[in-house]
Amino acid sequence: MGAHHHTYNFSEQYEFSGKAKTYSLIAIVIGIAAIAFGFLTGHAERTFANLLLMSYYFTCICAAGLFFIAVQFVAQAGWSAGLIRIPQAFAKVLPIASIILVVVVAAGLFSHNLYHHWNHEGITDPTSPNYDALIAGKAGYLNVPFFLTRLVFFLALYCIFAVLLPKLSNNEDLEGGLNSYKKSIKYSAIFLVIFGFTTPIWAFDVIMSLEAHWFSTMFGWYNFAAMWVTGLATIAITVILLKKSGYLGWINENHLHDLGKFVFAFSIFWTYVWFAQFLLIYYANIPEETVYFYKRFEPEYLPWFWVNIVVNFVAPLLILMTRDAKRKTNMLLFVCIVIICGHWLDYYMMIMPGTVESHRGFGIIEVGTFLGFVGLFTFFMLNALSKAALAPKNHPFLQESVHHHI
Amino acid sequence: MSNIKYILGHFEDPDDMMHGIDKLKENNISIYDAYTPMPIHGIEDKLGVKRSRLPIVAFICGITGTFTAFSMIYYMMVHDWPMNVGGKPAFAFPDFVPIMFELTVLFCAYGMGIAFFFRTHLFPGRAPRVMDLRATDDRFIIAVDANENADHDRINALLKDAGAVEIKHNERRYVSYE
Repeated sequence: MGAHHHTYNFSEQYEFSGKAKTYSLIAIVIGIAAIAFGFLTGHAERTFANLLLMSYYFTCICAAGLFFIAVQFVAQAGWSAGLIRIPQAFAKVLPIASIILVVVVAAGLFSHNLYHHWNHEGITDPTSPNYDALIAGKAGYLNVPFFLTRLVFFLALYCIFAVLLPKLSNNEDLEGGLNSYKKSIKYSAIFLVIFGFTTPIWAFDVIMSLEAHWFSTMFGWYNFAAMWVTGLATIAITVILLKKSGYLGWINENHLHDLGKFVFAFSIFWTYVWFAQFLLIYYANIPEETVYFYKRFEPEYLPWFWVNIVVNFVAPLLILMTRDAKRKTNMLLFVCIVIICGHWLDYYMMIMPGTVESHRGFGIIEVGTFLGFVGLFTFFMLNALSKAALAPKNHPFLQESVHHHI
Repeated sequence: MSNIKYILGHFEDPDDMMHGIDKLKENNISIYDAYTPMPIHGIEDKLGVKRSRLPIVAFICGITGTFTAFSMIYYMMVHDWPMNVGGKPAFAFPDFVPIMFELTVLFCAYGMGIAFFFRTHLFPGRAPRVMDLRATDDRFIIAVDANENADHDRINALLKDAGAVEIKHNERRYVSYE
């Protein structure tokens, strides 16, 4: 307390050039090549499933960045003020991610019938041989115009806040005072209410409707948990890598400890929701519900079903349990990368059995699409990050963040 | 040899107290402990207090709870009185998990509470003993062991310099609320 009086340059800006730029561009090129390879070798459906997976993952991480800022404002948190520009950069990419997701969903819907479980010629027509009574009963909700309207409407709503909150933070840099901060709290609170009610529907639409005969009310929260834990892991990775390149001098192991606790806690939360969904279906044993897990218990998917739990629950639980592990930069970095890969598998297990079923694969298309979107995210996020100072210099809690000690 | 056991420096401001700790350490005077009415960041490092072992207790209690729950349900549901519940096998592991989780939390919480009371000698019916009553109210107190540090006048002077508002020479270690 008062013992160390460093002076930090809070106006320091990230310079987006060199290796980070080259590698992210190379990753994008690999991604484009892999997607082209997928379409040209006759794996169009599999490629579309991968595109859906990664664009959803990408949008979720950007939305999680926005959610992170909103939570910090509403909680009036002090510890995170010094690193708030990183999730802010995620939020700034949300409009781009949303457009990509809408394009992929719409293209999949119209060209390759990604959502063929509910969108099929004559599926709601009682006279047609394709008639499906279950789907016909859901047609009031699951029809193409309403489906696309919902998706665009929700994402547009999030994007308004993704533009608004960084803008208020920028005003704060220029003008100082508490005006922007108070406004941020207000808009964050409004955003959280909207986000809380609409993310489950977003997950129901984009992912759960791939297997439209099945439903689970836990699915929305299950997806939210995955979104939040991957978002936190990505924030931690970005902070650690920026620190390693010599930026963010005011961020120390205390901040990483808090991020580590977040990642640890929400890995457990993800497992909790995952298991709550599984246990109820297992226990009740109703065929219309068990069909989801029946598909995932086929020998094709079963090993990965278990790997999913080990990677996303057991690994973070055991590795991040001690205080020291959360404070050691490389340990935290390792666990966060494991979680990012683990949740790719989680999304894979959500999407593939409903779309490509036994024609699933793991090869150039999967790895390439993953790399492509990682590159895309890195490129746009770092580009957004380089546009503003790395610390919100007039944030009322910045000094509290600098002296954060746990 | 005097009867004085502890020298207590009373401070009104936590920063002054932290300064006093530095001053005493610079002069090679060992500090017995510090008592404050509220937690102060960084004081553990300054006093060289070792990290609490409570997390280890928590882990051991938690894992005991997990295994207790597992053994209990296994004995009941598989060994002693197997029942057909919805056609599930007697050893239906997913059904065990919520109970294993709950007992983990229960054992962990109770174990930590009991360990805390055990270490701090706080038992029901026992009046808590403290070095100075005002340390729980509005004073920040540094305690120095009077037998280990012989030059009492120097300690007095150092504490005064650092901003102590009152210095007490106690012949008893504790005072009780009784």
